[in-house]
Amino acid sequence: MPRRDDLHSILVIGSGPIVIGQACEFDYSGTQACRVLRAEGYRVILANSNPATIMTDPEFADRTYLEPLTPEVLEAIIERERPDAVLPTLGGQTALNLAISLHESGVLERYGVEMIGADAEAIGTAENRDRFKAAMVEIGLRVPESGFAYSVAEALAIGEEIGYPIIVRPSYILGGAGTGVADGPEELEHIAGAGIDASPVGEILVERSIAGWKEYELEVMRDRADNCVVICSIENLDPMGVHTGDSVTVAPAQTLSDVEYQRMRDAAFACIRRIGVETGGSNIQFAVNPDDGDMVVIEMNPRVSRSSALASKATGFPIAKIAARLAVGYTLDEIRNDITGETPASFEPTIDYVVVKAPRWAFEKFPGVPDVLGTRMQSVGEAMAIGRTFPEAMQKAMRSLERGRLGLNCDPAEVHSDGWDDDELVRRAAVPTPDRPFHLEAALRRGLGVERVHAATGVDPWFLDQLQAIVDERARLAGFDGPGALTRADWRRAKRLGFADAQLGWLWGCDEAAVRAARLAAGVRATMKTVDTCAAEFAARTPYHYSTYEDTDEVEPGGRPRVVILGSGPNRIGQGVEFDYCCVQASFALHDAGFDTVMVNCNPETVSTDYDTSDRLYFEPVTLENVTDVLDVEGAAGPVAGVIVGLGGQTPLKLAGSLPAELVLGTPADAIDLAEDRERWNALCHRLGIAQPPGGTATTVEDALAVAHRVGYPALIRPSYVLGGRAMEIVYDDDDLSRAMAELAGAGSLAREGGLSAERPVLIDRFLEDAVEVDVDAIRDAAGEVLIGGVMEHVEEAGVHSGDSACVIPPPTLEPAIIAEIETHTRAIADALGVVGPLNVQYAVKRYPGDGPAVHVIEANPRASRTVPFVAKATGVPLAKVAARVMAGATLAGLRDEGLLVPPSGGGHVSVKEAVLPFSRFPDADALIGPEMRSTGEVMGIDTTFGWAFAKSQAAAGSRLPASGCVFLTLADRDKAAGLEVARRFVQLGFSLAATAGTAAYLRDAGVPVAVDVGKVGRPGGGADAVALLASGKVDLVVNTPQGRGPRADGAHIRRAATRHQVACLTTVAAARAAVAGIADRASHGLAVRSLQEYHAADQLPLPEPQG
Amino acid sequence: MRPPALLVLADGTEFEGEAVGSWGDRPATGEVVFNTALTGYQEILTDPSYAGQVVCFTYPHIGNYGVTDDDLESRRPAAAGLIVRELTERPSNWRAGGSLPAFLAERGIPGIAGVDTRRLTRHLRDRGALPAAFGPLALGEDAIRAAAAAAVGTDGQDLVRMVTTPEAYRVGDGPLRVVAYDFGIKATILRHLAAGAAVDVVPATTPAAEVLAATPDGVFLSNGPGDPAALGWAVDTVRSLLGEVPVFGICLGHQLLGTALGGRTYKLAFGHHGGNHPVQRLATGQVEITSQNHNYAVADVPGATVTHVNLNDGVVEGLAVPELRAFSVQHHPEAGPGPHDAGYLFEEFRALMAERSAS
Repeated sequence: MPRRDDLHSILVIGSGPIVIGQACEFDYSGTQACRVLRAEGYRVILANSNPATIMTDPEFADRTYLEPLTPEVLEAIIERERPDAVLPTLGGQTALNLAISLHESGVLERYGVEMIGADAEAIGTAENRDRFKAAMVEIGLRVPESGFAYSVAEALAIGEEIGYPIIVRPSYILGGAGTGVADGPEELEHIAGAGIDASPVGEILVERSIAGWKEYELEVMRDRADNCVVICSIENLDPMGVHTGDSVTVAPAQTLSDVEYQRMRDAAFACIRRIGVETGGSNIQFAVNPDDGDMVVIEMNPRVSRSSALASKATGFPIAKIAARLAVGYTLDEIRNDITGETPASFEPTIDYVVVKAPRWAFEKFPGVPDVLGTRMQSVGEAMAIGRTFPEAMQKAMRSLERGRLGLNCDPAEVHSDGWDDDELVRRAAVPTPDRPFHLEAALRRGLGVERVHAATGVDPWFLDQLQAIVDERARLAGFDGPGALTRADWRRAKRLGFADAQLGWLWGCDEAAVRAARLAAGVRATMKTVDTCAAEFAARTPYHYSTYEDTDEVEPGGRPRVVILGSGPNRIGQGVEFDYCCVQASFALHDAGFDTVMVNCNPETVSTDYDTSDRLYFEPVTLENVTDVLDVEGAAGPVAGVIVGLGGQTPLKLAGSLPAELVLGTPADAIDLAEDRERWNALCHRLGIAQPPGGTATTVEDALAVAHRVGYPALIRPSYVLGGRAMEIVYDDDDLSRAMAELAGAGSLAREGGLSAERPVLIDRFLEDAVEVDVDAIRDAAGEVLIGGVMEHVEEAGVHSGDSACVIPPPTLEPAIIAEIETHTRAIADALGVVGPLNVQYAVKRYPGDGPAVHVIEANPRASRTVPFVAKATGVPLAKVAARVMAGATLAGLRDEGLLVPPSGGGHVSVKEAVLPFSRFPDADALIGPEMRSTGEVMGIDTTFGWAFAKSQAAAGSRLPASGCVFLTLADRDKAAGLEVARRFVQLGFSLAATAGTAAYLRDAGVPVAVDVGKVGRPGGGADAVALLASGKVDLVVNTPQGRGPRADGAHIRRAATRHQVACLTTVAAARAAVAGIADRASHGLAVRSLQEYHAADQLPLPEPQG
Repeated sequence: MRPPALLVLADGTEFEGEAVGSWGDRPATGEVVFNTALTGYQEILTDPSYAGQVVCFTYPHIGNYGVTDDDLESRRPAAAGLIVRELTERPSNWRAGGSLPAFLAERGIPGIAGVDTRRLTRHLRDRGALPAAFGPLALGEDAIRAAAAAAVGTDGQDLVRMVTTPEAYRVGDGPLRVVAYDFGIKATILRHLAAGAAVDVVPATTPAAEVLAATPDGVFLSNGPGDPAALGWAVDTVRSLLGEVPVFGICLGHQLLGTALGGRTYKLAFGHHGGNHPVQRLATGQVEITSQNHNYAVADVPGATVTHVNLNDGVVEGLAVPELRAFSVQHHPEAGPGPHDAGYLFEEFRALMAERSAS
């Protein structure tokens, strides 16, 4: 069946901000969908609120709406664009839920919009656990015994009936939120209550737990002719009980015989047919009893998922791209397999390597949250590794995670469990945590044996036996005197088991370079093989490579000069999709400029690791050894122009100094050091006459106290060479500072990332309270011209990490003279550092009473910042492309002539970037923002007024500002004066106020009425306590500014309760002020949506129509 | 540690590895073919169609789930050897009755592990299936090279006589009566045929007259090894059966039917060996993912309708001559190992036989 000609325009819904459980895999799938649909000649309308994504770049759709993903906004877009169809299966649960909501409210029918790729009935059957269970039983498949409950009492009754342990799964939730395992009625009571709250329909499935069974997933596709294929099978290393997103997973399935595998395949097809997914991809999860092969269906996702992104990268079969084609009418046999170019897509990929995916967590960011894994996903990113064997892939995966580990062992951290006795070690290994693979390794290295470790952990003996091979090889290697003692066969054996040169260097006490030199002298080097969907049965046209240790490699020579772009590795807090955006844009721009682009990255979720993005792709850990291997192979195949390290965040930047200097494109490594080294940086600022907050460096507590006494409290402390404000803190006195230093110097996670040393001191600065923070993104070319890409004013005051703060273009409160001064400083710094490429500078503007504003520079980073995509979308200037071209030798003047560098789109609109925080995932963490970054993603609000743009950014971030009702205020003393104005505005807008005693008294003294007095948490008297008030549902907005830090504070309880009851919670007066402006604007002007293309084209946009 | 070993192809290309499986005092020889299936190594190694061939598995870890008597496709020897990247010593699966290395040793199958099987596969893809020799270095590198130079392929070889059953036997007891010619029949095919039929498995050389005299409801032509062009005697048998009784053929059976109808057979460069080949059923347009194992194919069959084609390369995958009540497929609808998508063909055979017994 050919392409549908009755459709002309298609609305694609994206997945919004990166949150836990929904990350940039949907940028990958959405970008593929947009490209495919446009190539097919359809008019594509895209809705997504996430400015850091590649898909929201204006070139990927005819109309790009960076608007909040709410039913109201989607309806406005549909009304304006009148699409023929909506494709909701490539934007995660967010898009699917929105489409269902638009279907149920009749919007789709009213505007004649057809839902393609899935229908509401199918989604309902897959997502509603009761209907799903009934459907599976109907086709003869088994599901775990279970029942549905809508109250805790019902849950307990079901528990009584089916027996413990029991797993609770809320209906219609994302990434397992609200899920948990209960071993008895008491636990069930707690978990069931939380689960019912988490489910948007107040429904939970109470199910017999099959923890310990083997867990599998099949990625299946179906077309409208009912052709079904399995794209990939996946086996989890962690048995059932750990969310698949938090499990180490392996492709293909390793321990199923053909008889069992085919049975599972038949079941998967029966499932997709019964559910009624007519076209597209689905993911079906199974559990298998290791003792007798008993198989049950766990769940099915009727859409493209995280696992399908993994399956696409693992096999080379682009599921989202094919799903988009199937949605518009094609059948699988009508679509060509891109990789072979000759065979059709109606086949099942087969692979001749092993893929390991390992999750990356951020528990260190959330003190108080136990790092125990369960059925609720908690990881923030993942890395994938490809090797010819499981041990090789596993070790590559461990080092890809960048948790300071060089592999599974042979590194400083391998001693982590030496202090535990055998029982303790086994007990720890039995608890799933981020360290589990290392605990397994340690137990095997201690000789506890596969049987014992299997019995304790449930990890399949096959995996343990393979880990044992790594352990045995380590022992053998330890017997060599050093790298000179190995024969070619010895080297080959070690490398085939995945040992990195750095691991061997650690083992033998020599440096990595010496290991590499000895190995190459013995004739053993990395060979590059190809991911080709067909295990070499057909010739591959797509150069998608991975390294391994075999006889020959497959890299084809080529004539165009290559630029190697280093990606940013796994997503983590502080380094996410925004850097992938920069790398991908660089790849496009450099390809267009006549280079062959070569991408190196190990994150399976991203667009950068799509084989379509660059001329060549190496799916490799971003480490010195692997990057050097790529450079060697590429160098042998043709001319290499250089390596770009400045666009992928801190990961590639760290390699700058170790790579051959002549190959590093753009800003030289020394300039990076100049900006990072405190002494050199201070001298530079001094020479340029740019003020800095007073400060100094320290490696000991004594030094730190001395610095603090010199500069005064409060002081901001931060380690050097980290991203995302890792371990950054504001301290108010000596005790605070001593404690913080002890934590930094201690054996915490930071120590593993490098610890403190003379090369890596702690930076201590006077903290400028109440200063306005400003971010500038600029680009300097080799000729010395500096382009100011954007000046962003932060909504939250300095002290909140820039990644967690809302920011605005153009700056709403800065005078032109201040902006001019900031631009002048930025140019001077760019020149002084010798930047060639992107530069980000942060400033704090402090207004001293009775004096003019003073500009202080906080820090400069000669690399692309996380705000680059936001600035590009706000201004229409393709900053990442320009930066990449400049790094590869172009001048800004030249790019202007070429038409790539365009002037920024003028006034007429305001853009607000807001951070999205994961506190709902970590109910035990304090929902407070500070100097350490905690957000996982961002959204953008764009409109003609600041108020509307801010209101949209809040709605997009999931905390819709109320139009009326009650605002609960509790203000720190220093915020009371500023908060008064805000409170007054709320009253003018018709809100009633609730406040805690101190705040209420202050407001009443100033003549602002307070309707409700709120008592201290847990202390009766003086009115209902704050937590109870929030639970009652009578509060529509919370403004709570922190008094101090730590769980003792009432504020923490209030914020936690707000998170739990999903009440919007603002923690700074500045944000509250912006919210008031938003609510006011929203009340006076109706909602208007406009595409990015329109914002970029128009200089002056009309205000929305006044309401009513 | 395993002894170092050497694999030499007839064109002189060499691969290093380590010896596994069963070894005598001479290098192992055979025609090397690659198989891309991820699972089903035991069924593949015991499939008589692999007689005379050495199987290179493209998936690197082979032996993960062990072996079990339930997955044997034949009791007699089949593949001449195996080539793998990694051979699992310690399997893990509740069905496993033993490990693959032990199985190789028991059944006298030689093997070589640690080989860059992807390099080998690409070589075979470009040059076609090649004879080869391999063995532990202790046998002498020159001896291995000499054996490789002397090794022969399957062209013109009648390997059926090596693998067919010496005696007729019966399986199943359903109402229909089927005679199955054993050119190297797989146990899984027998299981499918025996669902609803009493199946008399007869030696490949059984005369057609003898079979027809027993008035079966249908005759099945099995899979088997080697070059169909070397089996003129079997083609004659098939020709005598046509029109007299419903006939269903699989793989070699398909090639014999095609030849009997006047078509020609030819050798594919490297054959189809795996579990992921897309075959289109032309009557419905439906695509089936099929299990495949053949080096030869049929073309230009006068009077027959092409019912199935391979979407990768257009090879004829199915033939039918309704007026003769005969049909056949090149792929393996019985799976074992592989997907079950084409299993309906056994139903079609049963329907064809039921029609006849009803008339």
